[in-house]
Amino acid sequence: MINAMIIDAADNVVVAIEPIKKGDTVTYVCGGQTKSFTALQDVSIYHKLAARDIAKGEPVVKYGEHIGVAGADIRTGEHVHVHNVESHRETLEAKE
Amino acid sequence: MTFYGYRRPDGRVGVRNKVLILPASVCASDTTRIVSQQVVGSVTFSNQLGCSQVAPDQQFTMDVMAGYAANPNVYGTVVVSLGCENCQMDLVVRAIQERTNKPLKQVIIQEAGGTLKAIEMAVRYAKEMVAEASLLQKEEFPMSELILGTECGGSDPTSGLAANPLIGQLSDLIVKEGGTSILSETTEFIGAEHILARRAANKEVHDRIYEIVHRYEESLRVVGEEVREGNPSPGNKAGGITSLEEKSLGCIHKGGHSTVMNVYDYGKQVKAKEGLVIMDTPGNDPSSVAGMVAGGAQVVVFSTGRGTPTGNPLVPVIKITGNKLTYANMIDNIDVDASPLIYGTKTIEELGQELLKLTQEVACGKQTKAESLGYTEMAIARVCNFV
Repeated sequence: MINAMIIDAADNVVVAIEPIKKGDTVTYVCGGQTKSFTALQDVSIYHKLAARDIAKGEPVVKYGEHIGVAGADIRTGEHVHVHNVESHRETLEAKE
Repeated sequence: MTFYGYRRPDGRVGVRNKVLILPASVCASDTTRIVSQQVVGSVTFSNQLGCSQVAPDQQFTMDVMAGYAANPNVYGTVVVSLGCENCQMDLVVRAIQERTNKPLKQVIIQEAGGTLKAIEMAVRYAKEMVAEASLLQKEEFPMSELILGTECGGSDPTSGLAANPLIGQLSDLIVKEGGTSILSETTEFIGAEHILARRAANKEVHDRIYEIVHRYEESLRVVGEEVREGNPSPGNKAGGITSLEEKSLGCIHKGGHSTVMNVYDYGKQVKAKEGLVIMDTPGNDPSSVAGMVAGGAQVVVFSTGRGTPTGNPLVPVIKITGNKLTYANMIDNIDVDASPLIYGTKTIEELGQELLKLTQEVACGKQTKAESLGYTEMAIARVCNFV
């Protein structure tokens, strides 16, 4: 059963489209191909899971863009959220 | 790809053929309502502004009025003013003529001798203009003549997952066809402005993206609003949004992956065949759509999660939702179901092609649901109280 989606093929996270329990098979379609991994934690609907291992310091990619940086090593199937992602926004001031 | 539209004397191409009864201020708005009711084929709107405004607000109002008259979906315009408002008839006429040479008539209520005489004069002008407009035959044009406006409103988590990425796909397809697509709603860039700026065609565009975000935040700070504080909100986080970048990306994904070629101020004339551009508009839907229509957009695509009936007096608005429950619940209002993208039953390429085809059909005259229900609400952006 499809219970997750990936927005951009470059993303390293998928979004749960059903509530997911620890040990569930997480299944999503990417470019017409069905892919799966095992959930390591309970994950609420519309929350994110790692679709592959993300090393500490590596960007977390959704929409094909960086939404933050991994604050810890994240394993495939782990919940990806505020506890293991650091916002890495360049501020307006820093840019100017 | 091509569509059948209306060639205008200023060289632009319309997808509708309307006569606009334009109220120069709030004091002319009831008069234009009565005139438009009398003339089938004409449209109008309720202008709440046009007088007692600070200079930047009056400029917004003038740009929307001039841009509406110049919008290629309009055959010609009958301007109605009271006579003593700040947006004086000669100023409005000059602003319109700077943008277009299409048919234009003027009625000033105080000079005409009151309501009944002004209405008679305006109805006669409008009837004649509709008769001329009705003789115009459609011609075939490339899709590159289209300026697409993109908007989101009444969002929910499915907006960022399906409806906005689908609009982004359409935006990229329109850009590939050689047309222009407008990304709007500056309030929703906040937090992802660096990502947008990275996609700028050059340094000037890059700096302008920061400028409009900074300017918008400043205008809200004046009245004590801090957008970045506490954003994403606890509710956003509970819903699965991790960072402000992620929240804003869900919105700016309406701009697809194309390079940002230009940044326009609110309501300014947008160039055709320019690729992806940004317009500095508010997050408020009817005033954001009005800014893009004033810029020359002939078609608007609008994503919604909760469901909204929004239309526009001049432009067909195509409504899209990624929420299958909302689609079923508000099927009378919503044109496209993007939820197959979430459930993996259709790819974004397939849905993008379907939406491009629908956009072509709408450009050729197919009514959107907002059009068929007669929705024409609109608003004009402002930054300050009345003087």
